[in-house]
Amino acid sequence: MKDFEYEAPVSLATAIEQIAAGNGSVKVLAGGTDLIDHIRTGRLTPSLVVDVKKIPELNVLEINSDGLRLGASVSCASVYGNEDICRDYSALSDSCHIIGGIQIQNRASVGGNLCNSGPAADSIPSLIALDATCVIAGPQGTREIAAEDFCTAPGKNVLESGELLVELVMPARPAKSGSHYLRFIPRNEMDIAVVGVGASVMLDETGETIQSARIGIGAAAPTPLFAKEASELLTGLPANEESFAKAAAAAQEIVTPIDDMRGTVEFRTHVTGVLTKRALHVAVERARKS
Amino acid sequence: MATAESDKTGLSSKGKYKVIGTRPIRPDGVDKVTGRARYGADIRLSGMLHGAILRSPYAHARIKSIDTSKAEQLEGVYAVITHKDFPDASDKIAELGEGSVNLKHLSSNVLADDKVLYKGHAVAAVAAETTHLAYEALDLIEVEYEPLTPVLDVRKAMQDDAPILHENQRMEDMSPDATTSDKPTNIYKKFFFEQGDPDAAFEKAHIVVEREFTTATVHQGYIEPHAATAVWSAEGKVTLYTCTQGTFTVRQQVAELLGLPLSYVKVIPTEIGGGFGGKIRVYIDPVAVALARKSGRPVKVVMDRASVFEATGPTPGSWIRMKLGVDAQGKIVAGDTEIAFESGAYPVSPIGAGCMCVFSCYDIPDGRIIGYDVCVNKPHSAAYRAPGSTQVAFATESVVDEICEKLGMDPIEFRLKNASVEGTRRVDGVAYPRIGLVETIEAIRDSEHYQTPLAGPNRGRGVASGYWMNAGLKSSVTATVNGDGKVSLVEGSTDIGGSRASIAMQFAETLGIPMEDVVPAVVDTDSVGYTDVTGGSRVTYATGWAAYEAALDVQRQLCDRAAEFWEVDSSEVTYDKEDAAVKGPDGKSFGFVELAEKVTQASEPVVGRGVSNHNEPGGAFGTHAVDVEVDPETGKVKILRYTAAQDVGTAIHPSYVEGQVQGGVVQGIGWALNEEYFYDEAGVMRNASYLDYRVPTCYDLPMIDPILVEVPNPGHPYGVRGVGEVPIAPPPAAIANAIYQAVGVRMRHLPMSPPHVLHEILKKEG
Ligand SMILES: Cc1cc2nc3c(=O)[nH]c(=O)nc-3n(C[C@H](O)[C@H](O)[C@H](O)COP(=O)(O)OP(=O)(O)OC[C@H]3O[C@@H](n4cnc5c(N)ncnc54)[C@H](O)[C@@H]3O)c2cc1C
Repeated sequence: MKDFEYEAPVSLATAIEQIAAGNGSVKVLAGGTDLIDHIRTGRLTPSLVVDVKKIPELNVLEINSDGLRLGASVSCASVYGNEDICRDYSALSDSCHIIGGIQIQNRASVGGNLCNSGPAADSIPSLIALDATCVIAGPQGTREIAAEDFCTAPGKNVLESGELLVELVMPARPAKSGSHYLRFIPRNEMDIAVVGVGASVMLDETGETIQSARIGIGAAAPTPLFAKEASELLTGLPANEESFAKAAAAAQEIVTPIDDMRGTVEFRTHVTGVLTKRALHVAVERARKS
Repeated sequence: MATAESDKTGLSSKGKYKVIGTRPIRPDGVDKVTGRARYGADIRLSGMLHGAILRSPYAHARIKSIDTSKAEQLEGVYAVITHKDFPDASDKIAELGEGSVNLKHLSSNVLADDKVLYKGHAVAAVAAETTHLAYEALDLIEVEYEPLTPVLDVRKAMQDDAPILHENQRMEDMSPDATTSDKPTNIYKKFFFEQGDPDAAFEKAHIVVEREFTTATVHQGYIEPHAATAVWSAEGKVTLYTCTQGTFTVRQQVAELLGLPLSYVKVIPTEIGGGFGGKIRVYIDPVAVALARKSGRPVKVVMDRASVFEATGPTPGSWIRMKLGVDAQGKIVAGDTEIAFESGAYPVSPIGAGCMCVFSCYDIPDGRIIGYDVCVNKPHSAAYRAPGSTQVAFATESVVDEICEKLGMDPIEFRLKNASVEGTRRVDGVAYPRIGLVETIEAIRDSEHYQTPLAGPNRGRGVASGYWMNAGLKSSVTATVNGDGKVSLVEGSTDIGGSRASIAMQFAETLGIPMEDVVPAVVDTDSVGYTDVTGGSRVTYATGWAAYEAALDVQRQLCDRAAEFWEVDSSEVTYDKEDAAVKGPDGKSFGFVELAEKVTQASEPVVGRGVSNHNEPGGAFGTHAVDVEVDPETGKVKILRYTAAQDVGTAIHPSYVEGQVQGGVVQGIGWALNEEYFYDEAGVMRNASYLDYRVPTCYDLPMIDPILVEVPNPGHPYGVRGVGEVPIAPPPAAIANAIYQAVGVRMRHLPMSPPHVLHEILKKEG
């Protein structure tokens, strides 16, 4: 580990200035549960670390008829500690419950999980399923991008040098909607997703027909995926296992996994289908109860 | 937890003893749970420097040059060393208690000589003012490598055209038709054992099953990384603080490697956060000493987790061919096996032990065992809990299960019919004394677990047995009787599994005093007699025996002192352990405490000594039953219930015996389901952290129920058998057999991780 400078600005403007001035050898620190480990092992050697936890805009947590606004630094524990999020955005609270243990969840943020941009990050398939928009600020101003377009490669994303993620915005959830995230891990705790699937559905008033659905998939490609076809083919189909199986088959078509110490191509492809079915099943159950 | 089975047979130790068989609080317990106990990395000395080690990025390469000049010039760096700082080591073999080591190999494993043989192989070391500075200095060391092709798989390494690790290695062939060859080879040794005429016996067999098995390299996974702190005195003496299973073996290795007189090396043991066989051979201890010598300052070296995985001894990956034949009644008539172990960068692996264990549970009149010890570009393998036994039990017990299925015979019935008993001669030639395998099988048969039918889809039950021979070797203790009637018990066995308690209990039993009146201390190599490693499940047996001898010595001395006080001949005085009193003629009597006080005031001190060097440790057998549930869509295996019956001889402290059984089973479950060294083509371990090297967590395990069967070892005053190792052997086979019952696939590769199990399921479904 090499020495570095540390700043903790209290305004967004100062943060942007400091980050932009650092010429790329600056790293943003939220919970630090990824960043500190990267620095410790020497994978990253920043000269300046900018802590963004004291910036008001990054600590917003608002839920109303417009939807959900989640500041980039808000911890996983605050997410699942919010009953409204647990009810309406269950996939996201499922993810936040899964990321690390309690100590990690008290520090780790959804923003950090997204910006770390790991293919197996547990919150990203849920953000995709819940149709999240990422609000980014930088020297050139503010811009927005869909969650599924945020990551570009393992550990890489669309943030330009000097930019930071401010918040995540998700649309309001109508009646008869539900969502779920689940992952496969070889153990029952302390593991990284071998495959993760987030699914969100909206049903008609009878609760029998799917009006729309969104499926996000993690750890089965270089970046988390939005399973567009699998999601769209569900529109108008009955909410039953047969339909889920169709979506699962379509989801398996788009994955491009690798063989590594966590799983094989065969395994990840197969389990993408299995988890898609299981995620949709729970999402529909939740939608019917909502 | 039950000793009920042996109660019925009248073998139980229950009621026979005052102290043995009770569950007192361990003497080291409070310090450990309050965080006060001092472990390897806790040592801080004034003026201490911090060491760091440069490791090879290649799995196989020739070192062309090492330039340390820039590192030496860095401000705050006090010493830089390479292999050249060690004297030339000879090809001498050093016995380490559980395994042996060639000193030349040991020396070039500690700091590479002309070649690096695995990724992570130590190449140079630095001592600096701070750890960060030491790591910075490592970056300044320039090493020029000539990369060579690595070989990572035991079968590939045995092929004629395989890359060769050691140009000067020739195979030692122990088979009868051995031919000598002058060809360099990765095969260090070929073992051969034969009994009867297996080929003819197979001809007559009713059913023959022959299968191949592979197991991945796995690590002991102790929590505490290796840590050593060395002090070099002006007169050339060494003090070394280290977390080790054996202070005396560290002393020997350090002295030999650095060319020092044995008695100039004092090794002070810290507490030890697990070893399981992995903290016997030295890695960083000689490095710390050499850095201390060169810098003139105390030096501490602490390994990081990745180095522990990459550069300390895991247990070998293996390939095994297993063939068994039975007659129509289900009696085994012949066995034939070939076992190849990856010894890693250097010979030797625990292949010898594997050969002894492979057919250990069965009476096999005609059999053959061939074993290969093979070098590959992985860290030099080391002992790991019943070294070699788990791999071979996986093969044998899986084939036994297939045979049971073909015979339509219950696996318990089959085992009872074929189990080794007193007098059974193993294929490798050893005949058993009184052993308790049958009793463990009966204990499982009669257990509530086995008697309760398993219901539900995708669930299955498996059974397997296992064996470990245990070790005896040398131990020493001294016991000083204090004026308050308590005893200071000084011992040399580092305490990994509660041995302070179990040694003190045997001592207390022998004198009839409360265990709480014995104050044990684990001390350095200058302060106690020679004691072999805490390994081979030997401590409760051997150091316990030394404590028993020391207690007898105390008895004798107390009798002599009492005789002096009473002015009678000592032949008229006896020690009565029931009353903890010395008794003389005419009803004369001194209580232990009373006499201790009197002696301290008015006589020579009473200091008992006890040594032991007995080698009838009484092998240990276990039989396990496990219920699993398999998710047929993902291949994930859930352990629902686990019962382990084990012949423990005499359970000195039943809680710690149960703890050993449970711990062994848990490690066996990890080995079975997820643990493996995952290498890429270049020979880089891709999962050198506890994130991706998956030991089971508490969320992955049910309660492990031990059944302690007590068949006393006739070779020990209290019937002690080693208990620590055998419980790791049966789990992979038991789980594989259960998976077959659950989903109909035979797993012949470890680990049986979800991708492997799912692959077999998908293959079966077509
Ligand atoms: C023990 C342990 C267990 C874990 N388990 C899981 C798990 O189960 N699932 C999982 O997905 N992850 C897991 N993680 C990884 C990690 O905890 C998560 O990715 C977490 O969400 C990261 O959030 P953070 O706030 O700590 O991010 P940080 O470490 O602070 O930052 C992560 C990265 O994002 C950048 N960054 C952070 N905030 C911003 C911002 N506002 N704008 C621009 N860049 C930013 C940082 O520079 C850094 O590169 C685990 C980590 C540990 C140590």
